[in-house]
Formats: sequence, C-alpha cells, structure tokens
Amino acid sequence: MALTKLDQLYRAVILDHSQSPRRRGELDKATTQIELKNPTCGDVIQVQLALENNTITDVRFDGSGCTISMASASMMTDAILNKTVEEALALSEQFSQVVLGNETEKKRELGDAMMLSGVSKFPARIKCATLSWKALEKALADGGTGVDNQLTHE
Amino acid sequence: MTLPYDKLREDFVILNQIVNDEPLVYLDNAATTQKPQAVLKAMETYYHTSNANVHRGVHTLAERATTQYEAARETVRRFINAKETAETLFTRGTTTSLNWVAKGLGEVILEPGDEIVISYMEHHSNIIPWQQMAKKKQATLKYIELTEDGQLDMADAREKITDKTKILSLTHVSNVLGVVNPIKELADMVHAKGGVMVVDGAQAVPHMPVDVQALDADFYAFSGHKMLAPTGIGVLYGKREWLEKMDPQEFGGEMIDFVELQDSTWKELPWKFEGGTPNMAGAIGLAAAIDYLENIGMSKVMEHEQELVKYVMPKLAEIEGLTIFGPEDVADRTGVIAFNIDGVHPHDVATAMDMEGVAVRAGHHCAQPLMTYLNQPATARASFYIYNTIADADTFVDALKATKEFFLNGLN
Ligand SMILES: Cc1ncc(COP(=O)(O)O)c(C=O)c1O
Repeated sequence: MALTKLDQLYRAVILDHSQSPRRRGELDKATTQIELKNPTCGDVIQVQLALENNTITDVRFDGSGCTISMASASMMTDAILNKTVEEALALSEQFSQVVLGNETEKKRELGDAMMLSGVSKFPARIKCATLSWKALEKALADGGTGVDNQLTHE
Repeated sequence: MTLPYDKLREDFVILNQIVNDEPLVYLDNAATTQKPQAVLKAMETYYHTSNANVHRGVHTLAERATTQYEAARETVRRFINAKETAETLFTRGTTTSLNWVAKGLGEVILEPGDEIVISYMEHHSNIIPWQQMAKKKQATLKYIELTEDGQLDMADAREKITDKTKILSLTHVSNVLGVVNPIKELADMVHAKGGVMVVDGAQAVPHMPVDVQALDADFYAFSGHKMLAPTGIGVLYGKREWLEKMDPQEFGGEMIDFVELQDSTWKELPWKFEGGTPNMAGAIGLAAAIDYLENIGMSKVMEHEQELVKYVMPKLAEIEGLTIFGPEDVADRTGVIAFNIDGVHPHDVATAMDMEGVAVRAGHHCAQPLMTYLNQPATARASFYIYNTIADADTFVDALKATKEFFLNGLN
C-alpha cells in the first residue's frame, strides 16, 4: 500500500496540529492582522498579532485550507510566540529553506514546524506549508503596525 | 465493456507506467487527455515529409503543407457538421476561441444597457472575456442559476433571457458537474429574442457526437488537447453571417489581401481570422485525433464513459461522508465526477490518491464563481475517458476509501 509513503508528509504531529490547532481564533486586541489567499487552491488564512515593544506577545490564526496549511499555521504560532519581529522573520526564512529540503540551524526554534520538511518531496504542496508564514511576513512588514491589511495574493 | 480497451490502451504509451510505485491510473482527462500513437505519428510524418509555411510558397512542400492543413480543416468541419470550412477557424484553444467571439461579436452588437447572459457553471474562459466586454460596452452580465442538483435552472433561464439579451454564452458540458445542457432549447430561446448563442464545447466535443447545425449554435468553441490532440490547437465554429461582420483579433501576415500604407483588406473566411503562421502540425494532429475517435464512434465514446460512471457512482455513494456535486442520474452527465470527503481537504485527497498512482485534480477547476455557488473552497475531481477501464474505476474507489481512512482515523 503506497499510502504508507504518505507518512513522510502527514506525520502524526501534523495530523494532530491540523485536527487540534493551537491558537486558532481571534485576538481581543490585535495590533496587526492580515488575510492571505492562495488563489490557486482557495486556501484562506487570517493571522493576527499582538506586538509589544517589538515582541510578538500573542498570535491567532483562522481560515480554511488543507491539512498542511492548517497544521503549518498552528505550528507557526508555536514557533513565533514571544519572539521579536527580527527573530520571527529569521525563522520564516529558515522555514522556507526547510520546506525546500535544505538544512537549517534553527531546528529547535522551529520546533514542530520541522516536521513539515517532508513537504519538500511534494513540490505541489510547498505553497500550502508556506502560506501562513507568508502571511506572517506581510503582517510584520513596515514594523507590523498596520491593522486591517487585506491581501489577496500568495 | 463497449470498447476493446485493452487493445486501445496500447495506443497510449504514457499510460503504461509506474507512478509512486503503483500503476498509473489517469483520471484527469477533463484537464487534458493523453495522445495516441496515431496522433503523434501523424505529426511526426508531417514534420518528416511536408513541413513548410502554409499559403505562402509555390514550392512542393509549401503546397503539401497547405493541402494537409486545409484537409484538417475539412475533417473538423465534417466532424462537427459545419456547413462550410469557411465557418471553421483554427485557434489556439477554447480560451482563444471565446476571446475572439467576445471581442469581435461584442464590438459589433453590444450597446450600453444590453445584456450578456452566462451561468454559474461556466469556466473562467467563458466568464472573463464577457466581463471585460460588458465593462467596455456598459453592458450587464447576468448569471443563470442552477438547480439543487447542479443542472441549469431552465425556469431561471427563461426569466434571464429577455429582449435585452444580445448574447447567451453557455457551456455545453460543465467541467465540474458533468451536466449536459440542452443547447438547442436554449438557442431557440435566445434566438426568439433576437440574441446570439455562443457555446463552450470544451467538455462536449471530446465526449459525444456534436452537430453545430442541429444545435443551432451561432458560435461553438473547443480545444484539441482535451480530445487526444496536441496542445495549442483549437477550433472556433461561427456562422458565416456573424463571422463576416466581425473583425479579426490578430492582424499581420497570412490574413490580408492587400496592404497599403494606411489601410489593408482582409482575406476571405476563414483565413481572415488566422493571422500569423498557424499551428500546422497541431491541426494535422487534431485531424488524426478526430479520425481516431470516429473510428471508435462518438456514440461509443459516450456510452463507454456512461458505463464507467454508472458503475462507479453507486460505489461512491456507499462511502460515508462523500459528497458528489451535480446530478445523481447518470443519464444527465458525462464522465466528470467532482466530489469532496467530509473533513478531508481536496488537496490532501489528491496527494493521497497520487501516492496510490491515481491522478485526480483538486482545486477550483477554473470555476471560482461555481465554487462560491456550491459553497466549497475547492473540490476533488475525477474524469474518465476512452482508455479508462472498470479496473481503473475500482482502483479509484479503493484509493478513495484508503485516503478517507488515512485522514479520518489517523496513522495506525
Ligand atoms: C468547460 C471548459 N471551457 C474552457 C476551457 C478552456 O480550455 P483551454 O484551456 O484549452 O483554452 C476548459 C478547460 O480548461 C473547460 O473545461
């Protein structure tokens, strides 16, 4: 049964994140929020951040999408909580390397998100994994001060 | 089965391969079909023996190329029963065909306040050209609703098609729902109001007998690549009275009679529309594909697909949590089956199926308004063609069950 190969992609941790996502919902006081859509597959993600003194003190995501995109968003919130803007952006850069199959020195900081390294063997699905991180990057652009940023592109 | 499919499959080299350690089951035929040896051979022979630019030379090869290109046009004319080859234009595909009609016809007949009517089941290529033209001409674009089971709502059609309707442009067969629309009835409806009937036949011509005169379509568009022919070749059928009135969309070589400094005159139909060196090998490949399909018989092609759908639908219905979009009655549909499994995203379904060697599509199928209408961000879609078998259908159902099990019950 070739489905066993799916294990490379859909590790138990990933299924767990998609079925019981962390920090899914809305923040009472977001300093930045953004919506990103992947027009080719219809995935939509909203990311809300609470920034204080250049640090991400809280984060929520919501949206609809496949197992990979929802799990990745959940894992991202784990990884970036209490990180500075610069640290979060650096993690995002490292994550985009990981899903391309490249090495990273930030394994520990990326945490569960490292489990998505298997996506590199499924090129059509890389964008699913990076959608939430792309949303994060957009939210953090310009010092992360804008509210109600609405973007409809990957 | 009605087709000698074991023998037929040998004609499609690509099907005989292992994908992800499993024999390939190709069920993405609504996106594009595979090409039989006969089509590839016809194109190779053309390049080996006759390649030259058409309509431009007096030398022997130019003559051969021209003769074969025009013979291909005659094959297409006969296949769709157009009255004359002058009404049979070669294009790049359905998208180009529909853009030519929208721009050329829209320019000639639309006035501010006029209405263009399409439906919620259209492919983007039968939406966006009309949106653009409507904006340009201050016309209104209206959408015919669908019934509960995804058929065109004929009562709504009767309401939306009015004296203001200048153009009715509809798909013959939906690339998502698989439904076949009653084109003749709709053509009669719009003609009675003085409007023009445009038909997107991309999903019809490959799968059933089509007679453009019997349908009384004023325009009819389709693509070669969805019917065993190569990419980059398609057809626009148009009634002479309209084509005569319309301007070509591409100006340049091949389509002119006399060029003066400030103005030029166009060739007669069909060449007036075919600016530039055409896709000669593509046209020849399309003619070979038509020969191949006619050798089987278009009614047989349709029967074969219906047999597969009739076989597979009850098996799908047994899978709990699986929703099929479009009519339940097999008689009302072609070999396109769009579906979703509760709780499993279509992209995950398509990746999992791929691991089983089964190629299905997931996404919005270039029909975002339909997805919104169905309230689905995306769906998975399997689409059958002549070379698919009952065994393929079984593999498809088994892979679906395993996929559902994998995602809903997790790893063991
Ligand atoms: C119903 C329908 N219309 C139009 C098209 C566009 O065809 P093409 O991409 O070959 O121009 C397609 C296929 O993609 C289709 O399924």
